[in-house]
Amino acid sequence: MSSRRSRSRQSGVSRITDDQITDLVSKLQQLIPELRGRRSDKVSASKILQETCNCIRSLHREVDDLSDRLSELLASTDTDSEQAAIIRSLLM
Amino acid sequence: MNPQHLNASSLKSRFTRRFLRALTKINAQKPISSSSPREIFQRYGRIKAAADKSMANSVRSRRTWSRAMLWKLRSRSYRQASSGRRSAVKTSTTTSHQAIRKKTNHEKENKPTKTGEDQVGFVVQADELRELVPGGEAMDLCNLLDETAHYIKCLTTQVQVMKKIVDFYSL
Repeated sequence: MSSRRSRSRQSGVSRITDDQITDLVSKLQQLIPELRGRRSDKVSASKILQETCNCIRSLHREVDDLSDRLSELLASTDTDSEQAAIIRSLLM
Repeated sequence: MNPQHLNASSLKSRFTRRFLRALTKINAQKPISSSSPREIFQRYGRIKAAADKSMANSVRSRRTWSRAMLWKLRSRSYRQASSGRRSAVKTSTTTSHQAIRKKTNHEKENKPTKTGEDQVGFVVQADELRELVPGGEAMDLCNLLDETAHYIKCLTTQVQVMKKIVDFYSL
């Protein structure tokens, strides 16, 4: 226990230990495709956070791009039957 | 097909249903001249907002980021409705922060101690992350990391579903 640094001295404030942070950060690492294969002690925490930021930014860009394409596609197509087919195939 | 689809209440199917419903509504609002660039741009904004809203609604209030996003979307649509096409003065974000702080119930924690220069990089990245995740400014570090993981999961689902829809439409 002495090796673990914690901020548990303050009463009434929720404890955050370094181990908790490390656990959460390694959980994040598993989610990011670029970092998934590497061992967790070889990748620094700030690198993981940086890759997380990049990942979120690129996902935002993808959503923007897809919304743009959808908007153009809606302008060109019109049939209701197409949408019914989409709904059916996506929900089954 | 992915077995996830069979679970009627999975995040993917909840989001898909809501988003498709919103798309149908947007499609129905099309005027006769629907391919002018301005129309396309406006529709793009509506679709993006519908996608975010569908995702946030599929998560409901179970997550801080979804609450923050719903708050942002609602206040934006309220501003647009009350002031017409011209965008109104930006509402102060302090009210939204107070609302979120009341719900999270945490005091802002000091950054945890770590040795080395890694700590500085970590703190800087954490602040950047706060800007990217909705509602991140009011979260402490532990919650921020937790919410980020869930947010990324939901974003990837959103992108997956939207990609499939685009693929079907462009057949």
